[in-house]
Amino acid sequence: MRKKPFWAALRLPQLHSQPPRLLRGIKIPEREKLVKMAFLWPSLLGVGVFFLLPMLVVLYYSLIDNPISHNFVFLDNFIALFHNDAFKTAAGNTLAFSAVAVPLAVILALALAIMLEARIPGKSQFRTFFLSPMMVPVASVVLIWQVLFSHSGAFNDFLSIFGVAPVDWLKSDYSQLVVVLLFLWKNLGYNMILFMAALANIPRDLLEVAEMEGASPWFKFIQVKLRFLSPTILFVTILSLINSFKVFREVYLLTGDYPYGSLYMLQHFMNNTFRSLDYQKLAAAAIVMAIAMVIIIGVLFLLENTFGKDVEG
Amino acid sequence: MRLHSRSQKKYLSRGALTVLAAVFAITFLLPTVLTITNSFMSQTELAANYGPVFDSLKGGGNTYISDQVTLKFIPDMVSFSQYETVLFKSPEYLLKFWNSVILVVPIVFGQVAVAALAAYSFMRYRGRAREILFFVYIILMLMPYQVMLVPNYLIADWTGLLDTRWSIILPGIFAPFSVFLLTKFMRRIPASLIEAAKLDGASEWRIFTRICLPQCRGALCSIAILVFIDYWNMVEQPIILLSDPEKQPLSVYLSTINAGEVGIAFAVAVIYMIPSLLIFLRGEEYLVEGITHSGSVKG
Repeated sequence: MRKKPFWAALRLPQLHSQPPRLLRGIKIPEREKLVKMAFLWPSLLGVGVFFLLPMLVVLYYSLIDNPISHNFVFLDNFIALFHNDAFKTAAGNTLAFSAVAVPLAVILALALAIMLEARIPGKSQFRTFFLSPMMVPVASVVLIWQVLFSHSGAFNDFLSIFGVAPVDWLKSDYSQLVVVLLFLWKNLGYNMILFMAALANIPRDLLEVAEMEGASPWFKFIQVKLRFLSPTILFVTILSLINSFKVFREVYLLTGDYPYGSLYMLQHFMNNTFRSLDYQKLAAAAIVMAIAMVIIIGVLFLLENTFGKDVEG
Repeated sequence: MRLHSRSQKKYLSRGALTVLAAVFAITFLLPTVLTITNSFMSQTELAANYGPVFDSLKGGGNTYISDQVTLKFIPDMVSFSQYETVLFKSPEYLLKFWNSVILVVPIVFGQVAVAALAAYSFMRYRGRAREILFFVYIILMLMPYQVMLVPNYLIADWTGLLDTRWSIILPGIFAPFSVFLLTKFMRRIPASLIEAAKLDGASEWRIFTRICLPQCRGALCSIAILVFIDYWNMVEQPIILLSDPEKQPLSVYLSTINAGEVGIAFAVAVIYMIPSLLIFLRGEEYLVEGITHSGSVKG
């Protein structure tokens, strides 16, 4: 068998990929191939001009000393970056935030989906409610969050019933938690819809067989449901990861350019570096972030490949 | 109390689940409801409620009865004064609203059109070049905006698009996210359908317009809604790429009034929410159906 290329792991499960017997063995003419490719050109052109080409320039910038003298310095910019305290704090904070927020977004969304799967009344209303945060403008969310979590905010008011001293939540060590809450509030609904769709697609007969064989509900969940859900879990995880980087919007509007220490995210670092127009630092940071993302996604795909293998067609 | 029968137990657990779901739902709805009801409060009432949080409201060194915020859902007196200010007395808000519209509408239509074509190509064309390209698209899609910020800025600077709306619209149109999603959707179209059309002599364009597009209409709607919601709330791009405050969309402008007049901010937020609200109410079924559909054509 031919060795699979490394990106084969990224292949989406292909359904009906075999042509009908009649067509097998007939060579597709080159002309047809070109027509199929032609559909891609508008997008490819735009992506090339607006993303790929400038990305290569960024890579180039990360390897030279400055845009005027163009001296090749190889990894110096990266070494300088890793010695930069602001970068270290920002990277650490972002990692910590995503490590907490993404798994929570996946698990809670799955839990919500399972909850709504049970026959409870008003299912579609609940669905609408859970999706409603998607339409609230960022700026007004921020307004509400300030009312809730500032020093004299409503949450402190509520806690004072139990004799808890007021805390300025966004300027405390709990600030990340507040932002995690905001992130969950915004993203759970969409993730939940994805899980509900996936749950509805698990073959009923398989679950019935499992039940007849006397499988415990727990076994049914782990061995049957989770396996069928694994492509969705992967998808939701990646989606949440991308969205976890977008939470910067809210943090930025809540707390500005220099927030409380634990809220100083990679994006703040980038924005602030951008303002000082330090292209080398900026380029190096962008490249490091890009590589980190590629590694994380790669690991996720590998995990899904091993766990969900037997159910993919 | 002991539970005697299975059905009784089931009934009880279902009730508990409903209550739990209701609690969650209320928590989720709370900020939305708060925004809407508070937009009907007068400036005085808002100041009395939220004075301690937003210092700017204090102006003139007023003192408040309480130094705690009072969360109030029902206004003491329904007042349209905030809306009056926004709609009739200060045209800049409507101008910013229009800015948002002319930024977002081309992006939504452009991105969906370009992505539909690209996704069709990715579905039909197989081979090594395709695999590599699709991989590149996925990588680009996964890049956080702050990574793409630098390339975006550079290209806008070189082409002289900086400070014009095109510096946001053009990269928006070619963003790879919807290409990826649509390819995923189009894979679910039964290949037999396409092969049959081919045997009947249909051209690729015909297959695209007559089979592919109608088959994933739900997906197209759902992606358009997602793109709309994402760009309607954009903050990062305009901050960096549009230095001219006159061209800023309302999403950014809204955050600048936050600090000042809270009452107006609530009213503007509600006005700003209306398009998403309408699209959401009209399109929720599309959204959910599109997502659900992506899995159910499997069999």
